[in-house]
Amino acid sequence: MDQTVALTRKDFQSDQEVRWCPGCGDYSILAAVQFLLPELGVDPDETVFISGIGCAARFPYYMNTYGMHSIHGRAPAIATGVAVARPDLDVWVVSGDGDALSIGGNHLIHALRRNVNLTILLFNNQIYGLTKGQYSPTSEVGKVTKSTPFGSIDQPFNPVSLALGAEATFVARTHDMDRKHMMEMFKRANEHRGASLVEVYQNCNVFNDGAFTPITGKDNRDNMLINLVHGEPIIFGADGQLCVVLNEFGEASVATTSEVDAGAILVHDESRPDPSVAFSLSRMSSGPSSPTPMGVFRSVSRPDYGSQVDQQILDAQSKGAADVNALLRNAATWTVEAS
Amino acid sequence: MSDQVSTLPVEQLDSVVIRFAGDSGDGMQLTGDRFASASAMFGNDLATLPNFPAEIRAPQGTLPGVSAFQIQISDWDISTPGDAPDVLVAMNPAALKSNLGDVVSGGAVLINTDTFTDRNLEKAGYAASPLTDGTLDGFRTFKIPMTQLTKDATAPLGVKPRDAERSKNFFALGVVSWMYSRPVEPTEEWVKAKFAGKELVIDANLAAFRAGYAFGETAELFDHVYEVRPASLPPGQYRNVTGNTALALGLLAASYRAKLPLLLATYPITPASDILHELSKDKRFGVRTVQAEDEIAAAGIALGAAFGGHLGVTTTSGPGVALKSETISLALSLELPMVIVDVQRGGPSTGLPTKTEQSDLFLALYGRHGEAPLPVVAAYSATQCFDAAIEACRIALKYRTPVILLSDGYLANGSEPWLIPDVEKLPDISVSFATEPNGTDDDGEPVFLPFLRDPETLARPWAVPGTKGLAHRVGGLEKADKTGNVSYDPLNHELMTELRAAKVAGIGSDIAPVSVDGPAEAKTLAIGWGSTWGAVKEACRRMNLAGRPIAHAHLTHLSPFADNLGEVLARYDTVIVPELNLGQLAHVLRGEFLVDAKSVTKVQGLPFTAGELVQRFTEIMEEA
Ligand code: SF4
Repeated sequence: MDQTVALTRKDFQSDQEVRWCPGCGDYSILAAVQFLLPELGVDPDETVFISGIGCAARFPYYMNTYGMHSIHGRAPAIATGVAVARPDLDVWVVSGDGDALSIGGNHLIHALRRNVNLTILLFNNQIYGLTKGQYSPTSEVGKVTKSTPFGSIDQPFNPVSLALGAEATFVARTHDMDRKHMMEMFKRANEHRGASLVEVYQNCNVFNDGAFTPITGKDNRDNMLINLVHGEPIIFGADGQLCVVLNEFGEASVATTSEVDAGAILVHDESRPDPSVAFSLSRMSSGPSSPTPMGVFRSVSRPDYGSQVDQQILDAQSKGAADVNALLRNAATWTVEAS
Repeated sequence: MSDQVSTLPVEQLDSVVIRFAGDSGDGMQLTGDRFASASAMFGNDLATLPNFPAEIRAPQGTLPGVSAFQIQISDWDISTPGDAPDVLVAMNPAALKSNLGDVVSGGAVLINTDTFTDRNLEKAGYAASPLTDGTLDGFRTFKIPMTQLTKDATAPLGVKPRDAERSKNFFALGVVSWMYSRPVEPTEEWVKAKFAGKELVIDANLAAFRAGYAFGETAELFDHVYEVRPASLPPGQYRNVTGNTALALGLLAASYRAKLPLLLATYPITPASDILHELSKDKRFGVRTVQAEDEIAAAGIALGAAFGGHLGVTTTSGPGVALKSETISLALSLELPMVIVDVQRGGPSTGLPTKTEQSDLFLALYGRHGEAPLPVVAAYSATQCFDAAIEACRIALKYRTPVILLSDGYLANGSEPWLIPDVEKLPDISVSFATEPNGTDDDGEPVFLPFLRDPETLARPWAVPGTKGLAHRVGGLEKADKTGNVSYDPLNHELMTELRAAKVAGIGSDIAPVSVDGPAEAKTLAIGWGSTWGAVKEACRRMNLAGRPIAHAHLTHLSPFADNLGEVLARYDTVIVPELNLGQLAHVLRGEFLVDAKSVTKVQGLPFTAGELVQRFTEIMEEA
């Protein structure tokens, strides 16, 4: 693609009709990505979207890039193959809470710990949409769904906590009601070399409508969303009346700004090598009912998997020529003479 | 020492079968392997059969803990590790107990008598000592206190008695090397290289080996030595190779001849892991190896690499194929090349992980959801694993399809001399990626149609990410013919299903036709596949020599079959199908060709011996 002609959102839209339910949060996430990519100046021909199964997984069909809609839970593994084989490509994974955390949990944690150069978007709607409304591994305890008529008894995963525990080098959270914030998080994630995970609170208006309204609703946001800004004290609320402090155990909690020492307010540092504080922040909310941090929890640098694979190859190649015939003969050999 | 010439008379043999057996901690695999190497260097033809427990260290001294290595060496072109040992080396009572029954009558039995303590006899289930109770009547028995002699030989070096014991397998190797006039240099060189930096270990092993060799010469237990002359093999450069190594090298050679980088993604599993071990060393060839988090991920990573334009391979055994099944179906639906290697073992479930079996044929042919035919290639000997790997890659790349390559535990660990090929003379299996749009849309604009097929092969174009202007999406949902867009159209689904099947079926004319060995007058055909090749070949040779005409065909392609298979089967009155399962190929042949195939089966975790095939073929022929 000719880089002198600036691309627009249209250049990243495929000719396929988008088939999510009207009003689904997925639309706004798709729009955020399609607005962002031209801004990043990426080449659609060098961009790959890989997905698994679920509503979110239809995403690649709508992107005018290379893409694969694969099988349930396996997108991080398949994307690992693409990224290791082709470190030159920009590889995105689009997944949902069932896909990434239930059937594909193993692949997700291993992609994160290996630090494969992937931008992983986890659309968390706390429900199974495509199979029509069963509870998911992020559904809250007590959730009544088709498969839990007496309420779910499963302890949910907190995706950010999980990613931090899996040695992720970049973890962020955003939500589908704020395109600007989504774009900022996706940009940061995509610029990060290594595995980056962005949890996106996404409204499934058919099976779990309003799940995040208590925190993302226009009237609630100010007091319920804790905006994490690197290097800044964590203060929130319409008038900055609330803040985050750590107790003697390193656990984060909400305090009233006027009641604490300015020096006691936690200054957000996404680059801390130790993930403990980021983890404490991730524990502040369980389920979208209390003040919930949004933004980049952790962004640290560690060599990515594909680069290290390539480096081992380069190191080996620098030690001598690669001669297949010589390799086949690299053993005790003997010669039978023609008689 | 090498020029030390025995003063005893030399008896010429055309072949001999030797089995080394001991506790799994006794180093019997290494001993057998060294004997094989020395024999190969000497110029014999040979075939080996390692047989070891699944446990890394099974309880010491017990019957389940016995590890054995059988080798046949010969002065002619053999195809099996031999039916029954002429010589058994038994390092403890359990090894004697579990192996003596296989030894030919009058065979030689070399026993390490130091291990025949009451406790070990009891562990092996001997009520009385077999050394004295007549158990060994009818065998030529050589009772040697190998542990003590090893300690004596290594004591002057300052080796502690406990450490010295570990060298006793080299003592045994020395004795047998002397008996069979083996050259000593290859073993001595190997010891020095293997234990480089551990001088005491080198010295102890060499001292034990030499002491064993000298023991044979001086102990007056033996009245003559044997010699098996070099075999007259085709000229060229040789090495000894196991099936797993040959297979790994075949994948690498395929990558070279395809001009595509190789990516192997795999999860450790017996008996396939050695393929990963070999290829993970070969990074300078641009080989990428990923030890994945599980079998499913391994398949996914290989498929992702294929999407990215690499030669994507995953290696496993039966349980792993079951886990990869969904991904294989995806590869089939996406029509991307991928090779899945199944080194079969005894199943179902964990089954017999270290033993051989051919019971994954149905799994390979049918183990997927939906209408999902794919090509299946089977290796038939340790060295032929090399060629089979290249063939599997060739088909995968040319037809953009997952291919299952079947090997098994017997091929994987068995070794034989290999006439090393020149890679430059191997077939060119390169394919070209799509680089240009291949169609036009309704407005006459050029577009890329990812499912517009090659009219001859029915393969679709392979456009890798990064190719300008060919951005496209593929997915597991049914794809519209040509455009590849999601389609739920009933007739399109039927068309695509038929096209995928026709593509695979068409490969039948692009593979070697089935060839038959044997006399023209034969009315009986033994038709096998995979690792039974050596035993079936040898059984047929013996039967033809004995005046019982029988022909032998061996299938290298199980799906699709070569186009001439039906015609070959129709030429014979009796068709016998020997296989290490309960009759899977026989079932397929019956279904596909309406032939009254007779099954000869075995599921003991061990290969057929030629002798048992002769017997069972003869029974069938006499009934017919
Ligand atoms: S079911 Fe829910 S998540 Fe799926 S498309 Fe509809 S609204 Fe969106």
